[in-house]
This record gives sequence, structure tokens and C-alpha cells, in this order.
Amino acid sequence: MKFSNVISTAGEWLRGEGPHHQIVISSRVRLARNLRNRAFPGWAKKAERTAILDMIKPRVEELAEMQDSFSEVLQELSALEKQVLVERHLISREHAAKSVGSAIVMNRKQTLSIMINEEDHLRMQSIRSGLQLKQAFKLVDKVDSALENKLEFAYDQRLGYLTACPTNVGTGMRASAMLHLPGLVLSELINQVIQAVSKIGLAVRGLYGEGTEAMGNLFQISNQTTLGEKEDEIISRLTKVIETIIEKEHDARQVLIQKKPNTLWDQIGRAYGVLTYAHAMSSKEALNLLSIIKLGVDLGAFPEDRRLPIDELFIDTQPAHLQKSSQQKLNAEERDHLRAQIVRERLKVFPKPDISKMAKESGNGSSPTNNE
Amino acid sequence: MLCDVCKCNDATVFLTQILEGKMQKVNLCDACSKEKGVQDPTGFALADLLLGIGAAEEIEKGAPTQKCPICGYTQADFKKTGRLGCSTCYGTFAEGLNTLLKAMHKGTEHVGKLPQRAYRAMELSDRMRNLTESLEKAVKEENYETAASLRDQIKQLETELASAP
Repeated sequence: MKFSNVISTAGEWLRGEGPHHQIVISSRVRLARNLRNRAFPGWAKKAERTAILDMIKPRVEELAEMQDSFSEVLQELSALEKQVLVERHLISREHAAKSVGSAIVMNRKQTLSIMINEEDHLRMQSIRSGLQLKQAFKLVDKVDSALENKLEFAYDQRLGYLTACPTNVGTGMRASAMLHLPGLVLSELINQVIQAVSKIGLAVRGLYGEGTEAMGNLFQISNQTTLGEKEDEIISRLTKVIETIIEKEHDARQVLIQKKPNTLWDQIGRAYGVLTYAHAMSSKEALNLLSIIKLGVDLGAFPEDRRLPIDELFIDTQPAHLQKSSQQKLNAEERDHLRAQIVRERLKVFPKPDISKMAKESGNGSSPTNNE
Repeated sequence: MLCDVCKCNDATVFLTQILEGKMQKVNLCDACSKEKGVQDPTGFALADLLLGIGAAEEIEKGAPTQKCPICGYTQADFKKTGRLGCSTCYGTFAEGLNTLLKAMHKGTEHVGKLPQRAYRAMELSDRMRNLTESLEKAVKEENYETAASLRDQIKQLETELASAP
């Protein structure tokens, strides 16, 4: 598979309609594995890294799950191409900074991506639409079991899988979900949620792992610890917490509709206005406004068939995707113009927000319960 | 207030994280915050930074001049990066690491997935132990027929163990 094919087709998780997909954008599970008695990538010399890559890459490519895969060593990808993969969450930012001695192999559906010589020799990741942590784990676990027959992984009876960073030792697993929480942000409850989640050993991060100030009301929730708890226990604990947050988000939206309908209506109207008429827009502004439009779709202010174009804009307005689609390198100012232009064009066919429908179709999704 | 890392410049970056109900604070100067990647929030996790600093101190206590026999990694390297050099480093720096892992994780022992390879090896060594015990018992009881059969089984298991990867 060629890189141009990767670009032209959106990953399954971008189009998909998994459970709770209105609030849970995607679920990801990654496993970290290393070869026994070989220096970890961060410490290995170039020759050893390349030797390790040559050992691992063919084994990964021959996996049944990797038929018709996209496989490339990182020095063959341009900075822009790597950035496109980062924006799709198919490789990490750390991996994008790597060159000789590292590689990426991913399947056609973009549900499985395997980074070779990232921080660990192997970082295997499965990504699904909506809340599907169990399913994501199942796939990556299967791949891990297939690979362990061909490669000798560093494993210790007491400590489990050994990783470059002690924070990953044990299961080597990080399970995370990307949540869209505009209701909790607008009603200023988000900090309470973040604090509660941190207290029970889970981490909350922004879109690409930034600090707490998240863009586009998007938050990543993941397990913090990897030792002393089984994989399926970690996943069901995380799933339960996410289900509670989904409930809280629905509650917050209900309260906004009932108590502050004008504020909500104003937010949606302004977002629609700016996105429809602006001629320059940073990616942060675009994400924040698109988030409000997405909320509008959830609440019925826009027809349901407008959901996909908005979801696509979340990715298409990211800097690397923008430049890739225009086939040229653009400076920040040019990007902001092009971004605004693309958004205006896509929103041309968008009807104006309909407040009457919004009031009626509130409480979309799961049945909200009041736990306060 | 002085920087927690270099302990000579004034701290200008103050970080707080609440982890499992406990508040942890780190104060850094401009130079150290840049070096630790605090200025570039993308590659930065406070836990790693915090634990990296703590980890290095723990290891210093445990093994003052230790160097990993496989990869040559030293405590100084660990202090700098918060990462280990290879899988053997876990054994080399075990003493300091154990305290660190205890603070970092839910438990101190892995209870999750076992690689098949490790599982098979464990199974074989369990079987070997059982057979050896039975053999000793049989010999003690002068039950030579059983003992002979057990000895054959042990021999077969030994060849299996030798051929295992």
C-alpha cells in the first residue's frame, strides 16, 4: 500500500460509528514489548537499532493482520507525511522524530499500527471508533501472541514485560479513550471530573497529550499504572469510569438546555457564524468552534447527516492534513487562510442551526441519570 | 526558591500533579525545564519527570557505581533520561528500582499476561520438580519399578527442556 492511499482513505475510526460515538471519538490500546538482552532503542547505537529493526520488521509484515499493509522505514517519510500520521494518531510524536532504524507498519483499515523502535522495540496499537477498549485490546493481544512465537520478548517472572520506561513495566499496556466533553467544559464541571479521575490512578490529557488545557473540548483518559493489575481489569475499570463520564456529560448537556438555553444557543450561533464567514483561522480556533458545531449536531440543532462532514473537518483542518491536501508547504498565515476557506466551503451546504429542534431532541444517546 | 534539578538557579516553573490523592510538586529553573521538555508539553509527562528524578536518587542509594553488564548503562544515564538501557538493567538496578516501582504502580508483581514461551518453561519446570520429588519418594520406599519409570520420564523431559527455545 502506498502512502497516497493512506492519505486518501480515512481510518475506520474516523468514519466509524462505535458505541457512544457521539462522545467517545476513539478507543486505543497499545502494548510495549522489547527483545530480550538488546539495548532499548533510546540507548542502542545506530547499527544495533538497524539490526533489531531488520529482525522485527519482516515478522510484523508477515502477520495475518498485516496483509496489504503500509510498511515504511521512517527515513523514507517526509516530515509532513509523518505529521499526517501523528494527526491521525497512527504514530506518536516521539516516533515522528525518529529516522534511520525505526519503522511503521499498519493495516489497510488503519485499525492496527505497529511502531518499531519507538521508545520500546515494539509499540503495537489498535484504534477503534467509539467506546471499544475491549475490542481494541483483543486485536492487539492477538498480534502480540502471534509475534511472541517468533521473537523472544524481554519478560520477567515478577515484573512482567520489561520496558524502557519503568512506568510501563508489567503489562506494557496503555489503554485510552478520546472523549468530546463540551457540556462539562461549558458548565465548568470539567476540572472536577479531571481531579476525580486523577485520584483513582487514571490520567487525563489533551488532544496530543498536552497539558490540561485541551483543544476542541477533547480529552484523553488513560490508565496510569501497568504493574499489579491484569489487562482486562485495567480495561474494565477504565471503561466503567468512561461510562460514568459519558453520563455526566449527558447530565451537563441536559442542565444547559434547561437552565441556560440562551447561552447554548448563543455559542452554537456564534460558532456557526465565525466558521461560515471567517477568512483566517488557527487550528486551535477551528477545533474549538467545530466542537460546538458537533455539540449542535448531537443536540439536534443540525441534521444528523451533517455529522460526518464536521468529524472530517476535525482532522482535515490540522496543519499537516491541510498542507498535504494543498500539495505544498505553507506558512502559518497561508495555512490559516486555507483552513478558513476549506471550512467555509464545507459549511456552504450547512443549514442554519435550528433552535426549535434542539429543544425537542435533547437527551440524545444514553439515558441520563442524576447522581448528584 | 531553588530549582529541584540543578539546585543552583532560581525556580521559575512550578508544576503540581495530583496522583492517587497525593500532591506532588516540582520546581524548575528555566534551563532545567527546557532540558526536561517542560517547555515542549507534547513530549512531557509530569509523572515521568517526577519519578525520573526520584528514581535516580533511589538508584544512587542502592548501587553507587553500578553499570549494566549487558548494555553498559549507568545510574547517571538513568538520572538523565528516566529510561533504562536494556531489559537486564532491571536486574542490575533492582535495589533502587523496587522502591521506585512500588511508588509508581498499583502492585509490585505482574499479574497479567504471560508469554506462551514463559508459560511453557514454567510448566516444564513444575513437571520436573514433581517428577524429582516422586522419584526421591519411590527410592526411599524401595519401589524400584516406579523409580525406573520416573527416571525415564525425567530423561525425556530433560531432552524437551534442552530443545525448548
